[in-house]
Amino acid sequence: MILSPAEWEAIRLSLLIGLAAVAWILPPGIAVAWWLARHDFRGKSIVDGFIHLPLVLPPVVVGYLLLVSLGRQGVVGQWLYATLGVSLPFTWQGAAVASGVMAFPLLVRALRLSLEAVDPKLEAAARTLGANRWRVFTTITLPLAIPGLLTGTVLAFARALSEFGATITFASNIPSETRTLPLALYTLIQTPGQESAAARLCVIAIIIALFSLIASEWLARRTKQRLQERDAY
Amino acid sequence: MPTNPTNPSNLRHPALPVDSSSLSLSIDQRLGSFHLQTELVLPAHGVTGIFGTSGSGKTSLLRLIAGLEYPDSGVIQLGDQVLLDTRRRISVAAHKRRIGVVFQEARLFPHYRVRGNLTYGMPAHASARFDEIVELLGIKALLERMPGTLSGGEARRVAIGRALLSDPQLLLMDEPLTGLDGARKDELLRFIAQLTKQVDIPVIYVSHDAEEISAIADHLVLMKAGRVVASNRLNHLLQRFDLTHELGGFDAASILEGRVDEHDATYNLTHLALNDTHRLVIPGTSAPIGSPLRVRILARDIALALTPLQSTSYRNQLSATIEDMTSLSTSPHSVELLLNVGDIRLRARLTRKSWDEMGLHIGKQITALIRSVSVAHY
Repeated sequence: MILSPAEWEAIRLSLLIGLAAVAWILPPGIAVAWWLARHDFRGKSIVDGFIHLPLVLPPVVVGYLLLVSLGRQGVVGQWLYATLGVSLPFTWQGAAVASGVMAFPLLVRALRLSLEAVDPKLEAAARTLGANRWRVFTTITLPLAIPGLLTGTVLAFARALSEFGATITFASNIPSETRTLPLALYTLIQTPGQESAAARLCVIAIIIALFSLIASEWLARRTKQRLQERDAY
Repeated sequence: MPTNPTNPSNLRHPALPVDSSSLSLSIDQRLGSFHLQTELVLPAHGVTGIFGTSGSGKTSLLRLIAGLEYPDSGVIQLGDQVLLDTRRRISVAAHKRRIGVVFQEARLFPHYRVRGNLTYGMPAHASARFDEIVELLGIKALLERMPGTLSGGEARRVAIGRALLSDPQLLLMDEPLTGLDGARKDELLRFIAQLTKQVDIPVIYVSHDAEEISAIADHLVLMKAGRVVASNRLNHLLQRFDLTHELGGFDAASILEGRVDEHDATYNLTHLALNDTHRLVIPGTSAPIGSPLRVRILARDIALALTPLQSTSYRNQLSATIEDMTSLSTSPHSVELLLNVGDIRLRARLTRKSWDEMGLHIGKQITALIRSVSVAHY
């Protein structure tokens, strides 16, 4: 199947924005998941609920809130523009921010479960061997939580790929800038006489989704296999 | 610690007598209904056994020393280093204390090979000891294995090696033999006993098993319900009648230290010199001549005679003086004696009837007949 330039553009943008979204939420996602997994504090359930908000809010609300805070007139947006000269709305970076926010709770959920399953006794043992917190985390906690990290990353990536509402609200639907696959599909559906083009995009979306599912399955099997190989030594 | 008498920490926790590198601590911690309240000074050398039933606070004490827990108030010093002083808000982090811990479970890192586990806490200057310690623990063949494939005994040995290679100034062992079967346990116990002689760092060994402790400890701390009941040399505590109940598991015995003098291959016997004048004949061992040996004699394995016997099957006769006598609360028809053999003390148990009929009294010269001697460790 030969793809049109517009279709290629939509695929390229989708992947770019999906990857960028996952890349920026990974560091804070890991930090937050670890914090929730290893600490008990007053108001933990409130923090937990706040993190899960994007999962239950209408995406348009998230997009609107982003616009209000990160837009040129927003509190953070104004500062960003004044100090760094960065303006996020209506750019692909802005789309990555929006998809990242929507994908964040999925990453944190999966990772947190995995981190909670890491035995704190191993971390204590590492500390008595002279490892500081950072070393304990990077050499013991995180490596043992890799299955959760993989699952969370794949889930977040898939979520970012399919993100629509927050993206269109915050970053709009600009060809070659923020028009990802879902947005391109939406545009075609809105245009009379483009049914076959819409169907093509639909098929492409299904193929990409299937491909990432199979890839994640393969990745998960491979890590599991590697761990088993080690055990079967 | 700078010994400043006006230091507020000294008011709450009185100044602890400290020798150059001994561990001293004074701890107060409440955990629910459990109250750990302990003051201790432990020797800078050799093995200190901490003995007590489960729930007596042994493990909590270890965790506090290692820095894995913080007490409500207290002071912990290792030599002149202050590891913890709640009054002065000093608390050295666990990873900076250089205290090695061998936990009840081996706690090996499952995603590292044995080699990776061993070198995890190894500072560069300790790498020269890697081969030596691997050799000592007999784990050379395991280096490339993953921890999941090791047997319980192997995993324990790796855990011990890992702690030693982190170059600790103090080694804590929390019931390291738990869950091992008899033969494995004996083997590892012998290993640890050997090890504590070869590495020159103080060891604190926690156990609720009297046999383990008497095989390995030089110093004994008895704990009960969060408090230290007694702390002294093992030999000394074993002779205290008033601790018979707390020492329950020790089954009223004496521990004697001697040196292998000669082997009698014909009868498979080993001659052990206790001091210049006293010797014991014990079942043959493979310990080399001149090496130290620790033996254990149960109080009920000692019989008394008023004069030395000429023909008897008792191989060991020692002339002794009765130093002390007490009645046993648990069995009113028995008495327990403390015998003085030169500078050695022995506990003996006999019936009240024998005591009366033989006309025994404190200060009387008698002959102690020793029915059996067991080797406590090599």
